[in-house]
Amino acid sequence: MSQGSQKGGAGPAIEVSHLCRTYKVAQKKAGLLASLRGLWKGETRTVEAVRDVSFRIDPGEMVAFLGPNGAGKTTTLKMLAGLVYPTSGTARVLGYLPWEREDSFRRQFSLVMGQKNQLWWDLPAADSFELHREIYSLERARFDSTLGELVELFGVDKLTRQPVRELSLGERMKMELIASLLHEPKVLLLDEPTIGLDVVAQGTIQRCLREYNLRKRATIILTSHYMRDVEALCSRVLMIVHGALQYDGQLSGLLDRFGRSKLVRLHFEETVPHGLERFGECKVNGPVAELKLEKSQIAQVLSSVVDLPGLVDLSVQDPPLEDVVAMAFGSGAGKP
Amino acid sequence: MSSVEPPLIASPGFMGSLRKYLRIFRVSLVERLAYRADFLLGTVLRFLPLVTSVLLWSAVYRGSGNDTIEGYTCRQVIAYLLLVHVSRMFSSMPGLASGIARDIREGTVKRYLVQPLDLQAHLLAYRAAHKFAYIVTSALPYGLLFWLMGGYFDWPREPWIWAAWLASLILGFFLGFLMEFVLGLLGFWFLEISSFLYLVNTVSFFLSGHLMPLDLFGGRMAMVLKELPFQYLAYFPATVILGRETPGAVMNGLLVEIAWCLVFLVVGRVALRLGLRRFSAFGG
Repeated sequence: MSQGSQKGGAGPAIEVSHLCRTYKVAQKKAGLLASLRGLWKGETRTVEAVRDVSFRIDPGEMVAFLGPNGAGKTTTLKMLAGLVYPTSGTARVLGYLPWEREDSFRRQFSLVMGQKNQLWWDLPAADSFELHREIYSLERARFDSTLGELVELFGVDKLTRQPVRELSLGERMKMELIASLLHEPKVLLLDEPTIGLDVVAQGTIQRCLREYNLRKRATIILTSHYMRDVEALCSRVLMIVHGALQYDGQLSGLLDRFGRSKLVRLHFEETVPHGLERFGECKVNGPVAELKLEKSQIAQVLSSVVDLPGLVDLSVQDPPLEDVVAMAFGSGAGKP
Repeated sequence: MSSVEPPLIASPGFMGSLRKYLRIFRVSLVERLAYRADFLLGTVLRFLPLVTSVLLWSAVYRGSGNDTIEGYTCRQVIAYLLLVHVSRMFSSMPGLASGIARDIREGTVKRYLVQPLDLQAHLLAYRAAHKFAYIVTSALPYGLLFWLMGGYFDWPREPWIWAAWLASLILGFFLGFLMEFVLGLLGFWFLEISSFLYLVNTVSFFLSGHLMPLDLFGGRMAMVLKELPFQYLAYFPATVILGRETPGAVMNGLLVEIAWCLVFLVVGRVALRLGLRRFSAFGG
């Protein structure tokens, strides 16, 4: 029964339908008396972590899960990795039911969640990689060439013989990713792969993931709070707010839908003239004024400001992606 | 899709699995040797309490005015206490249960759900490597100690006793591992088990005969203790090499020990399955 009709076949890499997951969480009132009562009879509250989520992802796609903390992104990833059973609904990854945890499924995907997952702290990463070869029963020649490629791709040639505990956070993350790619997974689930890293390391990891995706046509899902990651890697985003899917589509579509305002920058010769407030929210910084305008107002406002005395330059920009996403999260929160 | 290379699914089979865990054994061994200094110091420190034991038991015998207590001479008790150290060298599993519980609490146990890797087999390979490294490196100091205290021993001449001793020590390793493994799995059901583990360790110190020969507990108590699995962790191997048991009793003891191993193996497998199911139900 678990042998899906399209296991490893030409269907979607990931197919999720009406996936739900509720948790019972302990509720404890403050105070000693309440704690004592809790020993006897714990009270619980039901939390709907994921509510009726459906989507499909084709082989080779790179998709980002967006959503505020606690929105259900990680729970969804955990279900796709077979770590958590759904309360209802179903999901197929490469045609498998993930929570049945068949070895043939586990040999084809990787989950990277935080650090210190698969590397031995006191040993060089190379030893952990060797162990990986055995865990996944990889052929020597193929393992060697994959490892060689990955080490070169991530640029960590000299670091694989150094104990992992002596590596920097970014270097460790790179090793962690290499370990997770050694068995050439077709599906890669990444929970915050660049958290806490500097911009350079973030960039390297983005580049490597893109490269891996291209070379192997791997399907990649990642959650991230860095819009830079999302912009660089994923053309498609799934936005989950309060456990429900709020948006599924192109990143640019998210901007169109939630980025209703534009930023108009006006650069004057000397000082900004008074009275710009009548057009909308206005921030003044030296000779530069920034007007935040609804899209519908743009044409009208522009025609009135071009004749202002002393105007030397003018530009219209999209608001920062972070702001748009924050706005989208907020709008989702309004609809329970 | 057709351009994608075929997945690397080589079904490993039994030999493949065995090789996997042997490899883990090897890597664990390398890891262990990274802590050479800690090792040596640990071994030497273990000898210190022995000195107090020798003094204590000499005083006990002098005070009682008897040459033997429950069939043991003072010399034999001291030889026993030294030999119990050898038993524990095989059967003790420091940090195994608490490590499992910590992995469960911190969620790192999820690794065994995501990767084609069995928690119990992995830990067994890891422990075996640690034990191997430990026993090899402490052979020298222990050899020296036994040589210095040679006067307390009447080593048996029969080869079968030596063989049975070795068998009881190796079985002790497995039983110790399997019992401690089950304890660690309690972490799936209880958030914090460290005080419980402390209690079990303390009780086990008595029940296993680590403190003194079980016979010295006297009559019914000694009889009960000899029915429990704990005795195989310390008492049983020591009495075998002391030559206190008949061939029939030794054979019987080894068979019962194997039976206990099987019991704890089955309990462990069932508990592991239930625990992982619970872990997944609670959200990984």
